Amino acid sequence: MTKAMLAMLSVILVAGCGGSGWTGYSPLYPPLTIFAASSLQPAFDKIGQKAISQRITTPTFNYAGTQTLTAQLLQGGPGDVFAAADTAHMTTVDSAGLLSGPSRIFAHNKLEIAVGSGNPKGIHTLADLSRSGLVVVLADPSVPAGKYAQQALSQAHVTVHPASLELQVTGVLSKVALGEADAGIVYVSDIVTSGKVDGVTIPDSQNVVADYPIAVLKAASNAAAASAFIDLVISPDGQAILKAAGFQGV
Amino acid sequence: MSLKARVKVDRAGFALDVQLDVDEGETVAVLGPNGAGKTTLLRALAGLVSIDGRVELAGDVLEDSALRVRVPTERRHIGLVFQDHVLFPHLTVLDNVAFGLQAQGRRDAKHLAHSWLQRAGLDDRASSMPRELSGGQAQRVALLRTLATEPKLLLLDEPLSALDVTVRAEVRRELSRQLASFRGVRLLVTHDPIEAIALADRLVVLENGRIVQSGTPDEVTARPRSRFVADLAGVNLLRGKAHGAHVKLASGASIAAADAGEGDVFAVIHPRAVALFLTRPEGTPRNVWQGETESIDLHGERVRVRISGPVPLVAEVTPSAVRELYLTVGAPVWVAVKATEISVYPA
Amino acid sequence: MSRPRVPAALIALAGLGLLFFLLPLAGLVLRAPWDQAVAGVTAPETATALELSLFCSLAATAIALVLGIPLALVLSRTAGRLRNLLRALTTLPMVLPPVVGGVALLLAFGRRGLVGSLLYQAFGIQIPFTTAAAVMAETFVAMPFLVIAVEAGLRSLDPRYEEAARALGARGWMVFARVTLPLLRPAIFSGAVLCWARALGEFGATITFAGNFPGRTQTVPVAVYVALETHPDSAIVLSLILLAVSVAILVGMRDRWLGAL
Repeated sequence: MTKAMLAMLSVILVAGCGGSGWTGYSPLYPPLTIFAASSLQPAFDKIGQKAISQRITTPTFNYAGTQTLTAQLLQGGPGDVFAAADTAHMTTVDSAGLLSGPSRIFAHNKLEIAVGSGNPKGIHTLADLSRSGLVVVLADPSVPAGKYAQQALSQAHVTVHPASLELQVTGVLSKVALGEADAGIVYVSDIVTSGKVDGVTIPDSQNVVADYPIAVLKAASNAAAASAFIDLVISPDGQAILKAAGFQGV
Repeated sequence: MSLKARVKVDRAGFALDVQLDVDEGETVAVLGPNGAGKTTLLRALAGLVSIDGRVELAGDVLEDSALRVRVPTERRHIGLVFQDHVLFPHLTVLDNVAFGLQAQGRRDAKHLAHSWLQRAGLDDRASSMPRELSGGQAQRVALLRTLATEPKLLLLDEPLSALDVTVRAEVRRELSRQLASFRGVRLLVTHDPIEAIALADRLVVLENGRIVQSGTPDEVTARPRSRFVADLAGVNLLRGKAHGAHVKLASGASIAAADAGEGDVFAVIHPRAVALFLTRPEGTPRNVWQGETESIDLHGERVRVRISGPVPLVAEVTPSAVRELYLTVGAPVWVAVKATEISVYPA
Repeated sequence: MSRPRVPAALIALAGLGLLFFLLPLAGLVLRAPWDQAVAGVTAPETATALELSLFCSLAATAIALVLGIPLALVLSRTAGRLRNLLRALTTLPMVLPPVVGGVALLLAFGRRGLVGSLLYQAFGIQIPFTTAAAVMAETFVAMPFLVIAVEAGLRSLDPRYEEAARALGARGWMVFARVTLPLLRPAIFSGAVLCWARALGEFGATITFAGNFPGRTQTVPVAVYVALETHPDSAIVLSLILLAVSVAILVGMRDRWLGAL
């Protein structure tokens, strides 16, 4: 009885180890851990499937706010690729000597105002956000999207009194989708993938363009696969997926 | 002011069926072995257990299951004294005694409480906490706490059992004094016959949820109707069918008794009336048989010898008799009882 | 009176447990940027977050006491399946992930919520994103601790005290106020402390239901989270302050308040 259990246990352990390459057992497609900003989730999930079908890699994604990912990497988190929502955080990671080479910009994102389905409060411009009685939710300035939102608002000389400064852009989106907030400032890509909120375009003159950099990390277990993944992201296939998700390509 | 109670309680594995009347000024002790239902009866009268039946106190109906009347405990105007005082541990002695008076809304509650304590000689303990009192003091305070509310019915649940033997006598005396001056119905419940006999005017014997005997202490011990009372009185109790001058026991053996009468009877034989012999005795005793010594116990200057056989009995002899008869456990011995020493009465 | 000696193996395990608690705390204290500590302590944002945290957690505890003690009383007097159902309901927030609790609160008290929508349409009241929402979130997760502690206290109470009180003529309210409640003091106290501590540390439900805004809903745990990514040192200082306040209150609590009468 115990022998059989031990045998089963070792098979499970070995199979489980395959994903992180502990035992040197190499699967057909090298595994990669990709730290990516949460706004990239819908697009990167699709790119990941392409990576598997093109036999480049079997990716595992760690999605979180860019600031959270940065903190994790600085504490020694095990990542192979880092895709951030702004260049400032990528610079922080670079200064800590964690990148194996320079980063590349692979997409852009612009801001958009998220409103409830059908735009019941009739919001059409950034200035409308300062209307009294409106419940507006923004991302916290420590999050890239929040920082950009503050930038756009101050450039347009609009004062907003937010009800909450969410810790993730997805938080802003969900509050608007649930009907708890009348409006929020998120990325265009967020509105495209959500489907539950409507978007109000911010004209380019008032908008902020976010640059999304991507880089291979020094601690990458398989640098070749990591580079191949990045190439896929920048390739026409990858760019098409990103554009469909609301990003602007490079 | 009297208590008229007809109490029936039916619970898994236990049934109580009692009819009890107690007059004002009368102290009744409900006596019985553990598990007889004494505490249940008390709690039922207190309103803590729901019953089938009717309880009437001083003309007021406290409970009537047929009419669906039930007065809750707090409005029954009763007094309940527990075995181990159950004084409120977070209140001082004074606050404990004043509690019931405050519940009655009396503004002079504390003042009255003081006078109760003074009369009992416990005023110096007024600001003590219950845990600082001795067992006897605590029980006396518990009694005062209850008496202060001047209840119509005083219920005492084995009030002395939890006390040290040395303290018991003193508290019993005080209890006796307090009860004497208490104007109301007094019902005491106990398994200790001394407590019962010392405090009660009337004994009610409860066994397996039913009253088996009732009367003054003398009446009850003179004519026991159960093993419990017989043991209490220290006598041998037998049960059988009488026919003229003989009583046939359940074991089949027959004993000769003077005026046995007819029908179901109890036969009482005092241990002192049981004579023991090494060999079969001759002489007047009508009842002679051989038995086996089961146990020999020394009680002061007397020895109680338990004998098994067709008629199991306890005999009381002197230590020298034991030596002369070479009495040992397991040894055969002859037993004789005069017919005139057997008291028979209807069951 | 000497107590029986604890077996060595148990002492070893206890030591391990203690170490598990001490090491993270030690890490916090030893790695703290003490030179920045003073600036951190006196910074206005710190004071705001701390004030808000103390206010919300104490308010949550007060609500828990007012609602939780009667709830515990009802629980202890109910029997059978109804009691099991009630107890499952009151302890549910304890096993629910706090964020889920926050979502549930939104669905009940948000603008489109079961009750919230009525309040919004009738009175224009919006609960999410307010300090009240933070208090509600903390009450939701922390009250079960109080209820459980008080219920346990009630069940271990000798029923004869209440019987004695009733026999002396005390009606329901007097029995509760003068006998039951005072005898429950240790259980209420330890329950309240557990409740307060849980409320103070609450994060997931607060951030989901009340959001994050300095001075209004940014309690210390939320402030620490925000600070952790951008100014880790500030985060550590803030954590230390909360730790110090908690320790001060816990140490200040006398054993006899927690112990039996």
